[in-house]
Amino acid sequence: MSTDAILSFEEAMEKYDPVLGFEVHVELNTKTKMFSSAPNVFGDEPNTNVNEVDLGMPGVLPVVNKTAVESSIKIGLALNCKIAEYCRFARKNYFYPDTPKNFQTSQYDEPIAYDGYLDIELSDGTVFRVEIERAHMEEDAGKLTHMGGATGRIQGADYSLVDYNRSGVPLVEIVTKPIEGAGSRAPELAKAYVAAVREIVKNLGVSDAKMERGNVRCDANVSLRPHGRERFGIRSETKNVNSLRAVEHAVRYEIQRHAAVLDSGEPVIQETRHWHEDTRTTTSGRAKSDADDYRYFPEPDLVPVLASREWVEELRATLPEPPAARRKRLQADWGYSDLEFRDVVNAGVMDSVEETIAAGASASVARKWWMGEIVGRAKTADVDPSELGVTPETIVELNKLVEGGKINNKMASQVLDGVLAGEGTPAEIVEKRGLAVVSDDGPLLEAIDAALAAQPDVAEKIRSGKLQAIGAIVGGVMKATRGQADAGRVKELILERLGVEG
Amino acid sequence: MAAINRDDVAHLARLAHIEMSAEELDRMAGELAVIVDSVKSVSEAAGDDVPATSHPIPLSNVFREDVVGHTFTAEQALSGAPDSFEGRFKVPAILDED
Repeated sequence: MSTDAILSFEEAMEKYDPVLGFEVHVELNTKTKMFSSAPNVFGDEPNTNVNEVDLGMPGVLPVVNKTAVESSIKIGLALNCKIAEYCRFARKNYFYPDTPKNFQTSQYDEPIAYDGYLDIELSDGTVFRVEIERAHMEEDAGKLTHMGGATGRIQGADYSLVDYNRSGVPLVEIVTKPIEGAGSRAPELAKAYVAAVREIVKNLGVSDAKMERGNVRCDANVSLRPHGRERFGIRSETKNVNSLRAVEHAVRYEIQRHAAVLDSGEPVIQETRHWHEDTRTTTSGRAKSDADDYRYFPEPDLVPVLASREWVEELRATLPEPPAARRKRLQADWGYSDLEFRDVVNAGVMDSVEETIAAGASASVARKWWMGEIVGRAKTADVDPSELGVTPETIVELNKLVEGGKINNKMASQVLDGVLAGEGTPAEIVEKRGLAVVSDDGPLLEAIDAALAAQPDVAEKIRSGKLQAIGAIVGGVMKATRGQADAGRVKELILERLGVEG
Repeated sequence: MAAINRDDVAHLARLAHIEMSAEELDRMAGELAVIVDSVKSVSEAAGDDVPATSHPIPLSNVFREDVVGHTFTAEQALSGAPDSFEGRFKVPAILDED
């Protein structure tokens, strides 16, 4: 396989202006398929979630899944689209074993949703509007496994095996208008756009939205044009870009590759490219040709879908708060800085923090626990923070123990370990492990006197007003009491002992 | 007479995976032209007030509730397959032109 020449991203950006476009396929999580009552379930034994409709047997009649239509309308509304009052399905004709019917039931010139937009927030807060051309309903194809050959890729395969469980799973294909003006942010925008679509369909509850399972799949179109030119360049369409990171890398790579082609004076070939995660490069698929003449025509076995305005408004009323709006609201409510909030979001604990606050913790306490204690433990255990086993109630109780002076932060951390080890409630663990803070001043004063005697120079500094030196004495006391003292109280007592005003 | 030439027919035959001889292509070009002309007369009969339709019965919103129905076993699904392997349909390698 030959390696394509590429320019550095920086040089490509100096010379050319990228234009992007995306087709994102979203698998709906309906119980049944788009046109048959066979179950829509991932990961079952091959060819067990099929019936005569999915296998394209002669004389069968497809029937539209009402829930799938409603999910499609919800997606359209969440993408700020207009919803067609009247639309039809169409046959997209092609021969390939992934569809046993020799056509895919899709929509052609009458998509159920059209003319929308999505505002995408980039990492620095810049908002970029992506225009949505359309979102249409269709069905997924079966899964092919290419056998033999060297690489498991289609080229050189001896034969292919087909599992039609996925055949007929409801899909919504979301198509953007050409995205201009992204400049060097194009790769980042690509990733952020797909992430936003995934988040929206997940938030709507209409898709499981797991990219690793192919619930959300992206085809990325890239073209370049010299700066200042209006006419678009020739585009490539990169398929099989199925993680957020891959979307970013694929767009970046195609920009670099196109730039090198254009620099060499050759025209870019309009073609499908295949993304390879291992090498982070694309290779040429087939060139667009008359094989793409799909001879669409209205599906004669299905009647039109009429979306009355009442129905659409009913569905609109069920939409949850959009993810971006929710984030804005939560950050304002919690009073977190941009950085603090982004860390919480990136750590995947926003929902947990929200629940913890709802359970009675303050915003800062909730953040302190999730970010300071739980995220790290989750990472070690290699699970999602929310799946570690810490409930909001546990955090509220732990915090009460700390604020009531029963335990200090260090002990609280040990108590949390106890909770995770299944030793009981925080209060029980404090009891069992004998973790209560030493609050009797007697033993504390003894330890303080010992620490002051051990570090007379530090004691002298504190007496002369250098209060920051107190840490060394506090440290000595904490060590002597094995961490079981209340540091605040220790500080007070030290100052008292030395006759210094705090 | 509609303009359906031999190349159009050859193109359609390729898309439809139908093997046609040179004589068949010639003959079909003439016949298809007649058929297209005949169909065209329908649009002459319909006035501007008659919308195009894709279905003979004026129905809409024929839906099914999202409730799981019957399925085949893998054995049943594969019972008519020319070839199969480990519960899956076995098909010749595709896209050998790549």
